[in-house]
Order: sequence, then structure tokens, then C-alpha cells
Amino acid sequence: MAARQSAKLDRKKFFADPVMVITIIVLILFLCLFIVYPLAILLVDSVYVRGTELYSIGEYVTGQGVYYRQDGSVASDSSDAIYAKLTSPDESLADRLVPLYATTGLFAKQAQLRNSEETLYLKVVNATDRTAWLPLNNAETVASTPMTYKQNGRIIKSMEGIEASELCVQLNANTWTAEAFPRIFRDYTFNNALRNTLLLGALTGFGSLLIGLLFAYVDVYVHIRSKIIKKLFDVVSMLPVVSPPFVLSLSMILLFGRSGLITRKLLGIPDSSVYGMWGIVIVQTLTFFPVVYLMLKGLLKNIDPSMEEASRDMGATRWRVFTTVTLPLMLPGLGNAFLVTFIESVADFANPMIIGGSFDTLATTIYLRITGGTYDITGAAAMAVVLLCITLVLFLIQKYVLEAKTAATLTGKASRVRMLIEDKSVRYPLSSMCLVISVFVVLMYVAVPFGALFKLWGRDYSLTFKWFTKMFTEGGWKAFKDSFILSLISSPVTALLSMIISYLVVKRKFRGKAFIEFTSMLAMAVPGTVLGVGFIRGYAGGIFRTGFMQGIYGTGLILVIVFVVRSLPVGTRSGISALRQIDKSIEESAYDLGAGSGKVFTSVTLPLIKDSFFSGLVTTFVRSITAISAVILLVTPRYLLITCRINEYAEKGEFGVACAYATILIMITYAAILLMNWVIRRFGTSRTVNGKESA
Amino acid sequence: MATAKQTKGVELKHISKIYKDPKTGKDFYAVHDVDLSIAPGSFVTLLGPSGCGKTTTLRMIAGFESPDEGDIYLGGEPINELTPNKRDTAMVFQSYALFPHYNVFDNVAYGLRLRKVPKAEIQRRVTEILALVELEGMEARMTNQLSGGQQQRVALARALVVEPGVLLFDEPLSNLDAKLRVQMRTEIRRIQQKLGITAIYVTHDQSEAMSISDNIILMKQGVIAQMGSPMEIYYKPNSEFVADFIGECNFLKGRVVQAGNGEASVQIDGTPVTVETDKAVSTGDEGEIVLRPEAIRIADEGLLRCKVELSCFMGSYQNYHVRVGDTLVKITDNCPINKKIFNVGDTAYISFDKACAHLL
Repeated sequence: MAARQSAKLDRKKFFADPVMVITIIVLILFLCLFIVYPLAILLVDSVYVRGTELYSIGEYVTGQGVYYRQDGSVASDSSDAIYAKLTSPDESLADRLVPLYATTGLFAKQAQLRNSEETLYLKVVNATDRTAWLPLNNAETVASTPMTYKQNGRIIKSMEGIEASELCVQLNANTWTAEAFPRIFRDYTFNNALRNTLLLGALTGFGSLLIGLLFAYVDVYVHIRSKIIKKLFDVVSMLPVVSPPFVLSLSMILLFGRSGLITRKLLGIPDSSVYGMWGIVIVQTLTFFPVVYLMLKGLLKNIDPSMEEASRDMGATRWRVFTTVTLPLMLPGLGNAFLVTFIESVADFANPMIIGGSFDTLATTIYLRITGGTYDITGAAAMAVVLLCITLVLFLIQKYVLEAKTAATLTGKASRVRMLIEDKSVRYPLSSMCLVISVFVVLMYVAVPFGALFKLWGRDYSLTFKWFTKMFTEGGWKAFKDSFILSLISSPVTALLSMIISYLVVKRKFRGKAFIEFTSMLAMAVPGTVLGVGFIRGYAGGIFRTGFMQGIYGTGLILVIVFVVRSLPVGTRSGISALRQIDKSIEESAYDLGAGSGKVFTSVTLPLIKDSFFSGLVTTFVRSITAISAVILLVTPRYLLITCRINEYAEKGEFGVACAYATILIMITYAAILLMNWVIRRFGTSRTVNGKESA
Repeated sequence: MATAKQTKGVELKHISKIYKDPKTGKDFYAVHDVDLSIAPGSFVTLLGPSGCGKTTTLRMIAGFESPDEGDIYLGGEPINELTPNKRDTAMVFQSYALFPHYNVFDNVAYGLRLRKVPKAEIQRRVTEILALVELEGMEARMTNQLSGGQQQRVALARALVVEPGVLLFDEPLSNLDAKLRVQMRTEIRRIQQKLGITAIYVTHDQSEAMSISDNIILMKQGVIAQMGSPMEIYYKPNSEFVADFIGECNFLKGRVVQAGNGEASVQIDGTPVTVETDKAVSTGDEGEIVLRPEAIRIADEGLLRCKVELSCFMGSYQNYHVRVGDTLVKITDNCPINKKIFNVGDTAYISFDKACAHLL
């Protein structure tokens, strides 16, 4: 075929629109910097090992070292840059020349080490007693705090009683290695955590699926007379979605723990333990089943009742109809829901942290590797890569295989209204099961404010405000202020960003669109812990450790960025589905009448999807203020975050203060949701949206 | 209406658009070598079945699509590289594409506001144009409070008010019911005539095209099948496709037995039939006579003998299907009340004026 001039023309038209070009460039830059880059650096980190080689410095400390020029010749005067030759106790390693400052006098009489930030200095005293601090290595050492070692690799904490000849430093020796993965796969802790994580994901997935299916079935199929019960189901299915992720863990401990209200007080069990796998499974199931419920409800509503009636008509029992018609029809949907919960469960950090006890999952293990005594960043990076692979593979299966299948088996709307089941033998058992679960969930939520109000849970149930007082005197105000402000900043940024992304993805054609769509959705599959580790590795030393953009590390900005990245997929998804319903010719007509893309977006697109924008605002706010997994790795003492405080107090066992924080946090998020619903009802176009989509 | 800004002609020079077939992955021409020139102030319709490339052509003029070959000129200026918002065109969309968050006034004023027209003038021009489309007093209505026809008028007003060099219509009436459609097309024609604006109109409805246009461009599979006035296209189709697409049609096949002087004689069912033709045909050629159903008379005597297979009273006409030799011929016999009605199984004769028939 003849030359394609349309590509050229389209490009020209595209570049004639500077607003759009700049927006797209900025977007791609943002996604690259804050999603792709941190994840990529994790991959690099797990195969590129930095500085684990030990070298003796004893000779220099005792003043017997010989200094060299860069070419290896012995330096006899001070005219050149001077190098020290360090020998490794490990004989397989070659000697290394380490640059020193050119000094006036040459030979050290005495030497001593000083730690300063990232660089190791060797204090050299020359023959004329002049001292100089010589940086021993230009680059950083492996650990952020440089350390001196004995020849056997032990860290020297005190210089006393150490023979000079034993002194070693650890030098940067960047090498590609395939060692990290085999190492962690030999590591018992990791294997254990991996097994735990997968087991947990599967159990939680099945648990949520069962309860979610039960609720969805009762909602769509069963006639429930009592309005109050229906309302209760609604509330219960919404509560875990809008609450901070660890509230259920807290109340689980309060109700069923060692001094639990139910276990100890009511049942008289003195040493019941909720810590461990079953604790997490129960808490996660209760947290995630509403997501399943909402997904399956949509599916069940789309099943045409006449198919089931046809089966009934041919003589099948209700149970047979369910197993032979309803269930097979929604099988892909069930798989889809299962995977979504699986991913959520695997990525969950807060619940395993609080209620896990010794049951470590990948997310918590990674966190402990970085914050705990064994500072093993390569190992943590490799584990993060494993965790990321798990969630990513599941995410891809869910998104590209099951979602398509679900759409294929259940298309269109049901042709008419379903006859609800009146049969008491079905109605009573099913609805009472739902009722029990609902009451249980409500109980869990009620326990939290009471946990903050009782003097000493388990012993003294008299009311007091001392936990609230303690919370406010111990930095409570600052925590609320910081959390509030950071979330408040990230919320309009995310909402706007996700609307722009949705607009570009749905309405425009350009190169790089697939990248923007995929990357902004990718964040959904990235566990917070993985993202946190990625940000640490990516920005602690600046981009690619060049020091560029290092400034943002440890600031509020990086926290805001993490909030934005974590909420972007949710906002974008809702924006995309809102925009898909809007006729593309509405924007085209504005464009045709003379509006540039910036104007089209602000005067037509945004007003049309303002509901989605509002809900994006609040969703981001709620998600941010309740977020913990990524930020707990990145937060510095400069900022106090509510969620991190709750975690801290819960770890210390001070549940009163933790509950006080959680109570106020729930109030804040609930108020935010109420505000959003009010705004949407008052100013919105049509529907109301309830809360965030996932915990 | 104030004197419209000078309206513009449109020229398409060998325009092609290539798409990839999503199933086979092969490239194909959605529009192929379309070459036409539209005079300023004329009303031209792009007509054709779905997938013939008419909408793609229109969208290339508007700038939403870029041509793969050829150049587009608007008022003599090349506009290939201009984005839609920089082109002096205004489009009326199939779905109206009104802004649901604006009222009628703001919808119509949208383009003027973008052009930074002073407030008082906006007020004046919007009021004028709303009067023209007969929507006075509806300024404050939201678009969802309007009927389909009214929405269509708002869309038309919104496009007209910016006084574009050319007005583009993308099947604007297809969402209206049949009665309203007829009414609106007369409206559109009236307003276009009054303003003297160039209009390019896309439709798949041949009666709409005939009633509204100065010229019809009939397209088929991305190629122009025939261009001409409605009457030319109707009575002098250049192919079976055109003849069949524009109205009902009968085809009588036969061999040319005599030709000359703008006439030809074709042997049909053993009878030589003389028709007018502007084609160079010679004796012995295979020919096909195109006959419109309403141009045929049915009587006890006539040119060709036939057998009645269907006879059906339709109100304004009697509908016949008759068999001439092996060929089925449809006849609409208008105002049947004073005529003889033939019944199924009867033998009759058909005849027609040679000017009404056309040799392919």
C-alpha cells in the first residue's frame, strides 16, 4: 500500500497540542519515576550486590602501610593522589587500591577510623604530626552506617582490646550475582514466610468467597422481610471497606485474646490465643469478604432467572439448580473474586503485623529484614521481587483471563425480575447465617471505642478518658495533623491525575497510551511493602544512587507520592468506567467547535465525571489516612502517622491508646464518606458511591 | 440572521484512508481515492450503505481522522495538518453530543465563548440562532428536558452559531422517529438555504439524501460509485449497485439488437424494447434495462407480456409482482381506484416510456 501519511499527520496534529503533549510527558515521567523505577531497582538490587568484601586496614592503623599511586607504583612523595593497598583476609580476593587524599606528609604514624554519614574515613597522622581524615572509599559502604569489622567479619563495636592487625573495613564491591535468590530460597525464614503467605492467601480467599457468596446469594435470591436486617447487611458489607485495615485485628485481640472479653470473661478460657494464622485468616476474611460480596452481587443480578426457572421446571431441586446452573455460570466470576482476595491477603501488612504473632508472612518478613537487626537489603529486595511476582502473576490472570471470561459468560442484563425465594427451609438457615456474621462484625467494631474507654481491658471495665488523654499527650495531635494534612494533599492530586489518565486512556489515541494504562493499573498488584522497599532502594541514595532527587527521601513529599501511587489505580478504574459511558462525540463536538484538549478536559470531561472525581477525592483521602504498609517503611520521625502509631502501640501491647487512635480514625474516615455522599447527592449527576473499593 | 461569514468550498484531492482489519490484521482501504470538489453554498450528501467510508470521509474533513493519501482543502487552504479545533468546520453529530451539564443557551454559546466573542454579542447571536431553529424561550432548559427533535435543533444551532466555513452532518436524524425525521430534514434544508452555507451531510437513507441535497455522492466500499444531482442518480444510475441502492428497481436483461442516435433496442423475452441511452453500445452487447416500479404501466395491452404473481392494495398504490420471462418485475401502480386491478394468475402486459428506462 501507498505511503501512510496519516501517521505523519497525526503526529503533527498531536504536537500542535502542547497542553496534551506536556501532560502526557509529565504523566509518563511520574509513572516511570514512582512506579516503574522503584520496582525495577528492586530487580536490580536482587541481582546486583553491593560491597560485601572485607579488607584489612591494620597496617595503616599501625603506621606500617605502604602508599601507592594509582598505577600501583609506590608513592614516595606527596605530588600525586595517593592510594592505600588493602588486603582482604579472604585470600581469593585480590588486593584493592583505595584512593586517599593527597597529604603533605606521606607516611602515617598512626591511624584511626571515623564514621561519618556514608563514608569511612581513616585518620592518618604523618611523621610531622599533621593529621588528616582520609576517605577510605569514595562510594558508600553496604550498610548505611559504616562499620569496622574483625577479620572474621564480626562487627567491632568497641575498639578496645582489638589488635590493629585484625581491623577490617567493608568495601564496595559491586558485582552481579545470582546469589540472592538461591540464598533466600535456602533461608528457612523466607521459605516459612512464603508458605505462610500462600496458605494465608488461599484460606482467606476461600473464606471470603464463601461468606461473600452467601451474602450475595441471600441479597439477590432470598426474600428478607425485615428491613432492619437488610439494612444491617448493607452496613456490615460496607464497614470493613471504609475502616482502617487493622481495626478488626485490634478488636479480635480485645474480644478473643488472652484477656479477651468473650474468651476470658464470658467463656472463662484463661489462655486463649488469637495470635497466629487463624487470627489473621478470620480478620482478613471479615475484611475482604465485602469486596467479594459486591463483585458477586453484580454477577448474580446479571444471571437471567429464566435459565434457572427452566432447570426448576424440568424437575431439579433448588440445590441442583444452584450447583448445575448458577454455580457454573459464575465460575469465572468466582475465580476472579478469589484471586482479588488472594492478592489483597498476600499484600496485607497491617493485620499479620498486629495479630500474626510468630506467623510471619512475606510482607512482614520483608519489613523485619529492613528494620530489624539483620539489615539484609539484598535479601529483602529479593523477597520483595518474589512477593511482587506472586501478586503480579495473579493480577495478570485475573485481569486478562478471568475478567474477559466473566464478561463472556454473563453478558447483558437479566430479562426480568427474579422471583425471590420464600421457602422457609432455605430462607431461615441462610439469613440466620448472615445474621450471625453481621452481628459478629458489628460487635468487632463496637469493641474498638470501648477498648479506648475501659480503664484496663480484661481487668477493670470502668470508663475512663485516660487513653485518649495519653494519646493526645504523646504526640496524638501531631499524628492527626500530619496524617490529615498529608492525606489531604494527596487526595486532589490523585483525583485529578486519575481523571486525566482515564481521559487519555478512554478518549485519546497516542503512543505510550498502553504504557500509561498498564502502569497506573499495575500499582494495584504491587503490595505496599514492595513499593516501600522499592522507594527506599530507589531514593535513599538518589536516583540510581547519583544523589539526584535524594532530597525527597525522608520528606513528606515522598509520603504523599506513595499515597498517590497507592490510590491511583482505584481512581483511574472508576474514572475509566465513568468515561466509557460517555459518548465520545460529546468531547469531539467541543473539540470541533474550537476547544483545545485542555479546554475540552476542563469544560466538558471533568464536569461530566465529577461524581467519579469526588469519590476519587474521598477514596484517596480514606485510603491514605488508613495506609500503613508502604509508608511505615518510609516514614521518618519528622512525621507521625496515625496508622504507624497504632501499630506501635499495638506492638507494645498498649491497646487502650491504639483503640483511641483507631476510634478517632474511624470517625474521620466515616465523616469523609458521609461528606462525599452528601456532596454527590447535592451536586453530583446521579449515583452515589460508597467508600473505597479495597482495603 | 446576520450576513453569514463567507462560506467555503471543500476539495478532496485523491483522499484515501487505510485501516487494519481487526480480524485478519490486513490493511484495507476504508476510503479509496475519493476525489471531489464541493462548491461554496451547496448541499452535498455522502450516501451509502454502512461501512462504505462516508463517515470516515466526513471525519477526515472535520480532522478527527487523518487521510493516508491525498489532501483536503477548505476554502482553497490545505487543512491536512490542522487539528479539528483549528478547522473552520462545525459538526452535527448522530447522537447530538450536547453537553449535558449545560443548559440550551450555554450549549449554543460554547463555541462563541471559545472565540472570545463579547458577551452582548453572544447574547444576540444565540438568541437569533435559537429563533432560527424555533427554540425561542428554551434558553434555560437543560438538555435532558428536551425532546429528541429539540435536542437536534440545539445541536444544529450550536454548529450554526459559530458561522463555520462548512457545516458537517453525521447522520443527524437517525435517532429520530420517521415522522420527525421528515420534518427535520425540511428544516435543515430551509436553514441551509437561508444562510447559504456549505453543508456536507452523511446518511444511509436514500430518501433523506434525495430530498435534501443539491448533489449526492454515492459511495461503495470506500470508492465513489456515482456523483450527481438526485435526479441524475435516480434516473441515470451508472451501475446496478447505484440503481438498486436508490429506490426500488427492476432489471431486465437482454441483447442489444440495434443501436444509434442515443437509443438502443434490447431484445427482452423475444420482444425488442427501445430505450434511451447515453452509452456507446453496439449490436450484440449484453444490456440491462433499469426500470423504476412507478414508471411501468400495467394493462390488458402493452409491450411485454407478463404473469401476475402478487397483487396487493397498499392504499396510495397497487403493488404488483409480475413475471416477464424469468425476471421478476415489481410495479407500483399509483392511484388504483379507477384502474383495472389484476389478480394473481392473470396475464397482463406492461409498457413504459423509453425516457423512463435506462440502459446499463
